[in-house]
Amino acid sequence: MRHGLLKTLACVLPLLLAGAAGAVEPDEVLDDPVLEQRARDLSAEIRCVVCQNESIDSSNAEIARELRLLVRERLVAGDSDRQVLDYLVARYGDYVLLRPPMKPTTYLLWFGPFVMLALGALGVFVYFRQLRAAPAQPPRLSAEEEVRLARLLDEEDPTKE
Amino acid sequence: MTKRLLFLLPVLIFLVVAGYFLWGLGPERDPKNIPTVMIDRPTPGFDLAAVPGVGVPGLATADLGKGQVVLVNFFASWCVPCRAEHAFLTDLAEETGVPLYGINHRDKPEDAAAWLAELGNPYTRIGADPGRAAVEWGVTGVPETFVVDREGRIRYHHRGPLVPDVIERQVKPLLEELRS
Repeated sequence: MRHGLLKTLACVLPLLLAGAAGAVEPDEVLDDPVLEQRARDLSAEIRCVVCQNESIDSSNAEIARELRLLVRERLVAGDSDRQVLDYLVARYGDYVLLRPPMKPTTYLLWFGPFVMLALGALGVFVYFRQLRAAPAQPPRLSAEEEVRLARLLDEEDPTKE
Repeated sequence: MTKRLLFLLPVLIFLVVAGYFLWGLGPERDPKNIPTVMIDRPTPGFDLAAVPGVGVPGLATADLGKGQVVLVNFFASWCVPCRAEHAFLTDLAEETGVPLYGINHRDKPEDAAAWLAELGNPYTRIGADPGRAAVEWGVTGVPETFVVDREGRIRYHHRGPLVPDVIERQVKPLLEELRS
């Protein structure tokens, strides 16, 4: 059991580490570790424009490499994170951002799920309110039925013999 | 009355969701067709040297918008759709007389020269781009084509090869309009 777990870990761990390393090649890495970390964090937010839903940090496409180099160049030149993203948005539009910005055209995207949740909650609320308003208990037994019920229960109870 | 409307709600939700999926599956919708933001912008700043061995000058921002409508085409010898597009571009440049400028993207000069020698060179200028000019133009891959107007503004951006259908329906009418 434990052996199996170790084996699994041994197989999976390198994959996880490879994922964390991304597609950044050694010659791209900046000397300044702080700037490099900022570049990595930014790269994870930027979409590789030819690979649909991969970030430039994890994509091996040529354009992703070009954009990674560009991000680093701009950071070294003293750009803020915002300025780097704006630079790319000016050329590729919001499409280049993996996290879509909040603006009127994306309100449905951002708030849609919560609106659906609220509608669902409202539905549940209305349902239970109607349930309470309806007669909650079945009509009581008549006196005759009470006697019959008592007799039946008596008959079935073996301890009464 | 309200109760009846409430029963209709699931049907309504179904219709909305189904409509959304139908749109997503529609043959007209191409998820690779990334919206461009370059339209009506001035051409970006770039300055590219000529490709050695081709015999036409390089290309820079200053060459654009000099009172002339031009086509700017990103291409590479390693790009298969570019080869397919080449004959159509040649025809378009010949037929309309609009200067066709090339930006040779991430190519070896000798490969580009050989490619043009084999297929013919319809470009009056070609800039050699090691990669950055494409980003400046918002290009995601080759081939991509732009129409630049007399004032040096980008008026049209097409991702992928220019095929006759697109040329006839979109490019030619626009060129005519811009030159009139």
